Amino acid sequence: MSELRLMKGNEAIAEAAIRAGADAYFGYPITPQSEVLEYLMAEKPNERTGMVVLQAESEVAAINMIYGAAGCGKKVITSSSSPGISLMQEGISYIASSELPCVLVNVVRGGPGLGTIQPSQADYFQSTKGGGHGDYHLIVLAPNSVQEMSDFVKNAFDYAFKYRTPVMIQTDGAIGQMMEKVELFNQEKRSKEIPSWATVGKPKERERNIITSLDLQAEVMEKRNHKLQAKYKKIEENVTLFEEVACDDAEYLMVAYGTSSRICQKTIQLALKKGIKVGLLRPITLWPFPKKQIAKLAEQVKGILSVEMSTGQMIEDVKLAVEGKIKVEHFGRMGGMIPSPDEILTALENQIIGG
Amino acid sequence: MEDTIIKTENIVFKKTELLTDNELSYCPGCGHGTAHRIIMEVIDEMGIQADTIGVAPVGCSVLAYDFMNIDMQQAAHGRAPAVATGIKRVLPEKFVFTYQGDGDLAAIGTAETIHVCNRGEHFTMIFINNGIYGMTGGQMAPTTLPGMKSSTSPYGRDVEMMGHPLKMTELIANLPGTCFVTRQAVHTPSAVRKAKKAVRKAFELQKEKKGISFVEIVSNCNSGWKMTPVQSNKWMEDNMFPYYPMGDIKLPE
Ligand SMILES: Cc1ncc(C[n+]2csc(CCOP(=O)(O)OP(=O)(O)O)c2C)c(N)n1
Ligand code: SF4
Ligand SMILES: [Mg+2]
Repeated sequence: MSELRLMKGNEAIAEAAIRAGADAYFGYPITPQSEVLEYLMAEKPNERTGMVVLQAESEVAAINMIYGAAGCGKKVITSSSSPGISLMQEGISYIASSELPCVLVNVVRGGPGLGTIQPSQADYFQSTKGGGHGDYHLIVLAPNSVQEMSDFVKNAFDYAFKYRTPVMIQTDGAIGQMMEKVELFNQEKRSKEIPSWATVGKPKERERNIITSLDLQAEVMEKRNHKLQAKYKKIEENVTLFEEVACDDAEYLMVAYGTSSRICQKTIQLALKKGIKVGLLRPITLWPFPKKQIAKLAEQVKGILSVEMSTGQMIEDVKLAVEGKIKVEHFGRMGGMIPSPDEILTALENQIIGG
Repeated sequence: MEDTIIKTENIVFKKTELLTDNELSYCPGCGHGTAHRIIMEVIDEMGIQADTIGVAPVGCSVLAYDFMNIDMQQAAHGRAPAVATGIKRVLPEKFVFTYQGDGDLAAIGTAETIHVCNRGEHFTMIFINNGIYGMTGGQMAPTTLPGMKSSTSPYGRDVEMMGHPLKMTELIANLPGTCFVTRQAVHTPSAVRKAKKAVRKAFELQKEKKGISFVEIVSNCNSGWKMTPVQSNKWMEDNMFPYYPMGDIKLPE
């Protein structure tokens, strides 16, 4: 009995967190994602499922509350937008190193600095290349509809617990704020299972559980790094997700995710009217990046336009996948500006077809 | 002969059950080890090992989890109160405590400290105030006394330039979310007995869910202060205690 509702992307995240059986949410208000905390508070999840919701004093506190609760084996989620996610980075690095599962949502806004509250995709490097200190990765999911805002919360929790790793949902102010029809999944029970590694109090018969990211001996710390890297390799093999649109007989390709990918779908139609066959590869996971699929398409098409609401961050991964075999160019707007479908088509014509 | 000596009634001291066999990483004479011991004795005597989660800080006691035989989490520098909030909120029936130094609790973690004490989280905070950053090699702490030398105040703390020592304990006692606030020491047997009573009371209060119970332990850092252990304890009595007076600051209603 799934339920259809018209919702904002941010509300869908919040509702999905309750329905996925999350145990706790900790967060701090920031535009354009404050609706997540507002919706949760209004819904009284404590009465609906027993879920804890707490407004923290800062994003620094919020991410460390996440660390504490995740260390108890609980299903926990936080959300923020760019400057707040920057503040969380030390905590995210600790969480990745301590191998704690959790879901982080970044509703990206234009930067750098305080920037703007308008949508942007300029946090790609931060999400996919580490963000915090040390060698680690997040699984990064990039929804492009309100439906996926809901669905990916559930998927993110599954990956987080399967791989004991933080999972980020990287979206932007446009998807966070826009309203669309969503088919909500059914309420799931909060889990009573206690993972073997969780700190919940040490009974006499088991060794104590310790959540830490500290190994003072370099040899031991290197081992921890090897273990993490082995896990990331497994994730790359099993969790690389993408969607292809009109790629079968495409002569040109656009690579775009999130809001940009929605706009590119319109560009495909405009191009077709002009007799231009352009396809779209949409990475659904930004990390792991669908590099194999892009390499395959690079054998078929004549050129690739990487479309991103940034100065060109994802294009670096596209170029690495293509290995210089064909032309790869970036087109994007910055600082909260959203490109139009015609603008993208013109860029395709000028930079790839004519260029 | 031996049998007659080792009778329960003859035992005056034994190894604390809930301390592990790992060799303490603290300098000989340092108060951290004694503070660990009384906390573990209290947990043992209350029979709550299976219901307790501790949070270690960044500081000399970062490895507290190597010595305390309980489930523990190691928090980022200053964030132990936020980590403990996360734990206690999802496990409200468990006993939760933070163990933090003065740099951790009263400098980098000031915001977290004040907010847990204001929200009235139901856990215990143990605050080891040694007036210095022990772990990083003796730099000035927020609690360093006026005129006191450290590696970053080599001519003594100049309050005009470097600000005043922070009495965090008095400050948080004013907040509505604290129920028990006390200042103790562990440098003499009688001080240890008093401090242990205070720690016990702090843990007992968690059952009543009345907010933060807070035990400051004014302690020495003989290495950072560049003194022998004995000198450091004397210096602590003569200089730290007048500025950080012993005793209860706030009692539960
Ligand atoms: C974010 C961050 N900043 C700085 C440090 C370096 N650091 C480690 S311990 C410490 C000071 C600890 O002093 P205190 O809390 O007084 O503990 P003590 O060693 O005196 O017991 C500092 C500055 C760190 N680990 N992390
Ligand atoms: S440096 Fe100071 S606080 Fe650290 S263990 Fe040595 S005496 Fe104790
Ligand atoms: Mg100190």
